Amino acid sequence: MSNETNRRDFLGYTFAAVAAVGGAASLVGMKQVWDPLPSVLASGFTNVELNGLKAGEPITVMWRGKPIFVLKKTADMEKSDRDLIIGEDRYTVAIGLCTHLGCIPAWKKTQWKCACHGGEFDASGKQTFGPPPRPLDLPPFAVQGSQLVLGEEGPEYKKIAAAMATA
Amino acid sequence: MAKFEKANSVGEWLDQRLNTTALTKVLMTEYWIPKDINFLWAMGVLLAVTFKILVISGLFLMMYYKPDVALAFDSVNYTIMQEVAYGWLFRHMHGVAASVVFLIIYIHMFTGIYYGSYKQGREMIWISGMLLFMTFSAAGFSGYMLPWGQMSYWAAMVITNLFGGVPVIGDALVVWIRGDFNVADATLTRFFMLHVFLLPIVIMGIIGLHFYTLRIPHVNNQEGADIDYDAEAEKYLAGNKKEAKVIPFWPIFISKDFAILGIFLIFYFYLVFFHYNFAMDPVNFDPADAMVTPAHIYPEWYFLWSYEVLRGFFFDVGPVKAFDIGLMAFGFANVIFLVLPWLDRDPAILPAHKRPGFRVWFWILMVDLIVLTVYGKLPPTGINAWVGFASASVFILLFVALPFITKADAKKRGA
Ligand code: FES
Repeated sequence: MSNETNRRDFLGYTFAAVAAVGGAASLVGMKQVWDPLPSVLASGFTNVELNGLKAGEPITVMWRGKPIFVLKKTADMEKSDRDLIIGEDRYTVAIGLCTHLGCIPAWKKTQWKCACHGGEFDASGKQTFGPPPRPLDLPPFAVQGSQLVLGEEGPEYKKIAAAMATA
Repeated sequence: MAKFEKANSVGEWLDQRLNTTALTKVLMTEYWIPKDINFLWAMGVLLAVTFKILVISGLFLMMYYKPDVALAFDSVNYTIMQEVAYGWLFRHMHGVAASVVFLIIYIHMFTGIYYGSYKQGREMIWISGMLLFMTFSAAGFSGYMLPWGQMSYWAAMVITNLFGGVPVIGDALVVWIRGDFNVADATLTRFFMLHVFLLPIVIMGIIGLHFYTLRIPHVNNQEGADIDYDAEAEKYLAGNKKEAKVIPFWPIFISKDFAILGIFLIFYFYLVFFHYNFAMDPVNFDPADAMVTPAHIYPEWYFLWSYEVLRGFFFDVGPVKAFDIGLMAFGFANVIFLVLPWLDRDPAILPAHKRPGFRVWFWILMVDLIVLTVYGKLPPTGINAWVGFASASVFILLFVALPFITKADAKKRGA
């Protein structure tokens, strides 16, 4: 009698172990099906020509499906730690998605305004009003001559990222 | 094996194999309903019918819809609306039903709150109902995305971004949910799967559970009276129909539901044919564009109240960011109804008009939800932001105060 029970228990435990391993393995598989595809991850670099930008008039370029703001600052715009300095010029480079819930803020003369919930960002990408919790994010970039290469982490990027992290 | 005899009819043949007589008794002819309930209790049947309309119209739409960012917009706005015979009808039926279903859910829900139908013994009815509300919300949102218009796109953007608020893994989680760095084709196809398969199946399962939860505690009534169902059913079956406090669901009680259903369907088809526009935002007739945000983003009317709670907190408090406060408030708004049976400390089951404090609470909640809904649609600037803040705070305070209010009511009654 007790012998029988033990055999059944053993079968039960064995099955539970097999099922647990299989279940865990399929969860890993299911998680990865939802991950971005390799082609999405690889799609990646966008070049931006900085020569010819007009000071005070930001441009928007698309990188990885996201808008990127590049603003050449005018002389009377406040300086900031996150400015990208090339020669005489100062630039603000930022991902153009509101850090609140991801709308695209619009440039209104001296600042970006997010229509969705009233967030505002100054010319350095810093939040000045409303719900956005942090400045506009910094996309990884490298500088090659007068070109900005989005998607690569150059030394200029690392310096600015470090300055932003300590701010 | 049971003994099978030659059957004299199809009914008998089935009865021998499936015991259909006993089944109809349990489900229909001897499923007892209290006499003392009003038209508000018909919402369950209306919901069941509206859900059926959604499923069937959805099947017809699915035959022509194309879940691909390059094709989705045209497959809806050109193929289904212009080419397919009666495609416009199925789309409008689907769109209007998706909106109206929430109206009925809200009436159903607040009827339950007004009459205390979530209390002692009926907690599972309430919880399964709230789970249904949540899955319906997910289904509504995932479906809203499919036409791939501007509003669809930016609604998807905003909602998926909400997950960025999860500590530590937030940003990675957003990319994982979307399957891309941005709301893109991978996002559309997975939401398509959710909308047409997984969520409907889950909804059907929970509907089954919701019906089952009614079996033991039975449906509440207008007075919250405690009915002895066995005794009352016996009276009814003995022919004492007048004195019995209960009637069978089928075919007696259902006739009342059918009458109300008739009125509802006339209203519904009136909307489908003459006012379908209220369920179709004009912004959504522009194709999705990742580079341009519409001037003003808002969800469908049935999400406005929680959307306004989310954005009602627009300033930082000390070290806590406005964004996080909003998210926490939003989370609060979405789960607090679930625990309502435990926030209500009054041991009696009574309608709100017999509980003075609770009655005031109930109507303030109604007004507050309406204010939140109205302001959820207005731009969040100037005075509007402050109205949003006040009404969102009132919403939270109401639930904090509920245990004390209900306790005081009970005390006053001498309980
Ligand atoms: S998304 Fe910009 S303020 Fe909310």
